[in-house]
Amino acid sequence: MAQVRVTVDGVNYADDVEPRTLLVHYLRERLGKTGTLVGCDTSNCGACTVHLNGQSVKSCSVLAVQADGGEVLTIEGLARDGKLHPMQEAFNEHHALQCGYCTPGMIMQAVDLLGDNPDPDEREVREGIEGNLCRCTGYQNIVRAVQSAAQKMKPGAAADTPAPASVAGGGN
Amino acid sequence: MIPAKFDYVKPASVADAVRALREGGDDAKIIAGGQSLLPVLRLRLAAPSLVIDLGGIAELRGIRDDGDRIAIGAMTSYYDILRDDLVKQHVALLGQATETVADNQVRHRGTLGGALAHADPAGDLGAPALALDAEMVIAGESGTRTVPAAEFFVDYFTTAIGEGEILTEIRFPKYTGWGSHYEKFNRTAQAWSMCAVAVAVRVDGGSIAEARVGLTNMGTTPIRATGVEQALVGQQATAEAIRAAADRATEGTAAPSDADAAADYREHLARVLTGRAVLAAAG
Amino acid sequence: MTTTAEPTTTPSPEVGKARVRKEDARLITGRTRYTDAITPQGTLHIHVVRSPLAHAKVLGVDKSEAAASPGVIGVYTAADLGVESVGLPCAWPITPDMKAPQRPLLASSTVHFAGEGVAVVVARSAAEARDAADLVDVDYEELEPVLDMEAALAEGATLVHPDLGTNENATWVLDSGEAGTGGRIGDAIAAAEADPDSVVVKRRFRQQRLIPAFMEPRSCVVDPSGEQLTIYAATQVPHILRTMTTVTMGLNESKVRVIAPDVGGGFGGKIGVLPEEMLCVALANKLRRPVKWTETRSESMLAAHHGRDQIQDITITAKRDGTVTGLDVHLLADMGAYLGLVGPGVPILGAFMYNAIYKIPALKFSCTNVFTTKTLTDAYRGAGRPEATFAIERIMDELAVELGRDPMDLRKQNWIPHEEFPFTTVAGLTYDSGNYEQATAQAVEMFDYDGLRREQEERRRNNDPVQLGIGISTFTEMCGIAPSRLLGSLSYGAGGWEAASVRMLATGKVEVTTGASPHGQGHETAFSQIVADQLGVPFEDVEILHGDTQVSPKGLDTYGSRSLVVGGIAVVKAVDKVIAKARKIAAHLLEASEDDLEFADGTFTVRGTDKGKAIQEIAFAAFVAHDYPEDMEPSLDADAVYDPENFSYPHGTHLAAVEIDTETGRVHLRKYVCVDDVGTVINPLIVEGQVHGGLAQGIAQALFEEANYDEQGTLVNGTLVDYTLPSAADLPNFDTAVVSTPATSNPLGVKGVGEAGTIASTPAIVNGVLDALRHLGVRDIEMPTTSQRVWRAIQEAQGRSTQQTPVDTHSPGAGLGSIDPNNPQEEEVQ
Repeated sequence: MAQVRVTVDGVNYADDVEPRTLLVHYLRERLGKTGTLVGCDTSNCGACTVHLNGQSVKSCSVLAVQADGGEVLTIEGLARDGKLHPMQEAFNEHHALQCGYCTPGMIMQAVDLLGDNPDPDEREVREGIEGNLCRCTGYQNIVRAVQSAAQKMKPGAAADTPAPASVAGGGN
Repeated sequence: MIPAKFDYVKPASVADAVRALREGGDDAKIIAGGQSLLPVLRLRLAAPSLVIDLGGIAELRGIRDDGDRIAIGAMTSYYDILRDDLVKQHVALLGQATETVADNQVRHRGTLGGALAHADPAGDLGAPALALDAEMVIAGESGTRTVPAAEFFVDYFTTAIGEGEILTEIRFPKYTGWGSHYEKFNRTAQAWSMCAVAVAVRVDGGSIAEARVGLTNMGTTPIRATGVEQALVGQQATAEAIRAAADRATEGTAAPSDADAAADYREHLARVLTGRAVLAAAG
Repeated sequence: MTTTAEPTTTPSPEVGKARVRKEDARLITGRTRYTDAITPQGTLHIHVVRSPLAHAKVLGVDKSEAAASPGVIGVYTAADLGVESVGLPCAWPITPDMKAPQRPLLASSTVHFAGEGVAVVVARSAAEARDAADLVDVDYEELEPVLDMEAALAEGATLVHPDLGTNENATWVLDSGEAGTGGRIGDAIAAAEADPDSVVVKRRFRQQRLIPAFMEPRSCVVDPSGEQLTIYAATQVPHILRTMTTVTMGLNESKVRVIAPDVGGGFGGKIGVLPEEMLCVALANKLRRPVKWTETRSESMLAAHHGRDQIQDITITAKRDGTVTGLDVHLLADMGAYLGLVGPGVPILGAFMYNAIYKIPALKFSCTNVFTTKTLTDAYRGAGRPEATFAIERIMDELAVELGRDPMDLRKQNWIPHEEFPFTTVAGLTYDSGNYEQATAQAVEMFDYDGLRREQEERRRNNDPVQLGIGISTFTEMCGIAPSRLLGSLSYGAGGWEAASVRMLATGKVEVTTGASPHGQGHETAFSQIVADQLGVPFEDVEILHGDTQVSPKGLDTYGSRSLVVGGIAVVKAVDKVIAKARKIAAHLLEASEDDLEFADGTFTVRGTDKGKAIQEIAFAAFVAHDYPEDMEPSLDADAVYDPENFSYPHGTHLAAVEIDTETGRVHLRKYVCVDDVGTVINPLIVEGQVHGGLAQGIAQALFEEANYDEQGTLVNGTLVDYTLPSAADLPNFDTAVVSTPATSNPLGVKGVGEAGTIASTPAIVNGVLDALRHLGVRDIEMPTTSQRVWRAIQEAQGRSTQQTPVDTHSPGAGLGSIDPNNPQEEEVQ
């Protein structure tokens, strides 16, 4: 057994795990974070994508012990204060999911992609999510959703609700 | 999907890692980024008794200017290589090849040292390392030694890293101002290279003054296309001259055959892709 | 509580509105329950020990070391569990003399495909079960594998099941001459051969073996800790699974409950009744603990049923003026080692579609199903119809080449003009509606067909290294499976109806149950739209319940593009009954005659007055039951079972522009346009999504996917590394549109859309690839049209011989990089 201390979706955990425990199994089976899914055993499908220390990773390809001391964000922690992340909203608005199985990983990867490239063109989106397989959508609406979220997330983009007067027009 | 049991250590220094490797014996495996090792463990194609995690050794991470070389710590991630200005300026080919490796998530975790030590002939970083005459710094019990890339790749999944040794740093000569290109051919975006060509050229007054060409997945190791290099030097960078030189791409190769590409098709690809890569690099 | 109906503006109809899906709220936040997330306290986990060999005698199973492994409850063979004589069901005996082997839960004396289970380990944790499985020592004696269908049928072939005396499962024939629906094909061929003004074109096409590759691996949990045995399963067919489980395992149907929680895709791949599911049932009953199985992706690739795998010999006859006079279809279909639930019937689902949209006077279809020592095949998206569409659309192109005609013009000459609907085809089906001219005209315009033809000419003239091809597929399909009587005539073991019920809650909300069990299609949203319109209630007030046999006890589940066309109509029929009951109560409360009531926008009004009752008020009145007509029960709730009279026949025109790098053989799909007629569109967003996904799968058959076996019968690309599913970076944007000629066979006018994209797109791509290369002398390229196959075809057409492609080689350079999971060797990994 080895000890792992990790923060997941804002909560601190300390657990003894077998060193062979994959991060995704730790999340699902020890922490009950079953929103993160397993779709393959060769690191291809990306369904298990989470953020580790601010970067997207396939949580089947990280040992839980390797995440020791780290911070993990899963699909379950993406919405803040009951408000969906713009990427989640965009997936809904653009019908970017059908069975939903690739969706958690796809959204987490898409969020990461926009962190590196806030305004990707179609090709850049397609290449940015090439590590995430979807069998339902043909990807077209996923690409639309990611580009739409990018526009909404741009600094100064019109938010759903008007910003308070004190900061309106700040634009940063 | 569940690896066989193993013990795990995470040393804080290279010396500790070397010690752990010695104590672990034959059944010990090193995990760097883990992006090749973990799939192998999950499918139980390997079942080491001890896994030594280099992730705790800060000195193995980072890229620095080392005079006439760029030195890259073995544990530097693909992602960090891709964003590094020194790499862009002096070893652009490495960045171009790195960009084609797997996908974003894998590039966040995977490391240059891990890829080179793994020595998969279908991997994309061996060919540029070989073409660019990189040097591998290898640490063992009796200190460190340096192995040129030309002697590093020994066979299928086999390198000059000896028992009890660890790859710690990769040093690239500077190719400032060279043109370069990595031309990769695969079945789908996720698939490994069926064949790929790494090219760096120095063009002087419209003619090719120097050329470096490396091939991916054309044998049991990355292969240096010296015939092409020789044929290119002194030539005008025209399509005809480049194509003629590229015809020598298969010299010294031993192309594998598989369902995606039998040897003759791979050889054909190597010639076509070499021509395209040199044209792009020289353009 | 009589209210005066306010004059309100009529709400815009829900049907036709691009509603975003109700389902998504959970799926985008991870608040999901796929089966693997269900682990009741005390659950035991199983791991199946699978044969690495395709065909072998099992001489012995040494369980001792595994049984002693930590956490292991037990290790069992079929004999240990007393299930040696249990056989998994096949529901479709296509002929009276069909040969059907027993398909066991675990192989006892002989294994018949690589991946078949031999023993099962039960342990406290999945990891411990996996660890112990490595310790089970099975002693095999290798037998000759049976891999090639034609060789399997030859005299003296090794038999997969010696007790059957043959490798032939059955031969099924549809002959328009015999049936009286058309002429005799023999006459048509003889006439064409004798006539210098006619042509006979024969081609052989191969439908490669495919893997459905739903994203959620299969999983089940069987929980015996209740009065009913509860089976949670990643299945498309909870109702069929319930019935078949009781039949297979000898249980009382009322003691079994099946729940399909969130299900991550199926595409036909989850219609099975699985050995692993039945093992969990047997073990849960034996051990009195919940028992769980979740497969790995590699297990799924190996052991979950595959699709397609046919050899198609097609002969078409035509006059030189282009008029098609006959079509002869002879198929060999690989069943694999056993028969799946509907496996033998899959090719037959295509039989009626070979004539497609064309007026063909004579048709004969004959299919011989063959056993091999490979993974069994069964339904995969389109099931039989993609094969039919591929064959007819490919041979129409071949005929056009033979006659020197533009392939689109040849199609137009032979298709059924819109004014001739309804049209009874040579296969005996009656197409109720369609307009091929309209869909084609729109597609041709969107595609810029003429412009691309000009560009193609130019590239040919310039000897451009990148050649352009234009691929056409003008398809139709039959969906909405199916009229029960017709299924009966085909010897299918069940009906094709669907059930629904509508419950009006006291607060005016509406619960609808459907027997169609969704796994990504969006039933909850689309069905809510239908009910909202029919009942005049807000979309948000409708709840669609499904996927639990205690909640929606009656149903035949989801496959064959049937959910909307059959299940949706059942919902409409149930709503009709609710409205009829509500009308009685409304008349009673309003003291009016039923005949004087009008129902619109959820309110009954007395004609010519302003008196009215909203459906919600009537629901409350029925709930309190203080005042209702004496001749009825105080309830608005209603059930309906709908059995369709006919199939529905979506159609469309799909056009592909493919660029081929003739130097490398790389095929690049540059542009894809399709115009589909799926009848009335309930939700354009969902329709578009279904088309996109269908296209991706059909295109993947043309370009990327194939399950390869080596000479030993081992699946050599059984991981997602080397079974090359396309990613976003491998596909273009599709340019899709719909036109609509409503179906006349159902009250909504809907036709179904789940399979259309897959059925239509494969031949469009391959026709495009060949169109780009035919002038170089290339005649055919097998699917998938990989760069290597394209390059080799060009070389051979140019008279340059190349070496054979070793399709079955273990794959260095693919696989895990160069690591071959099927043939592991020593490697250094860092």
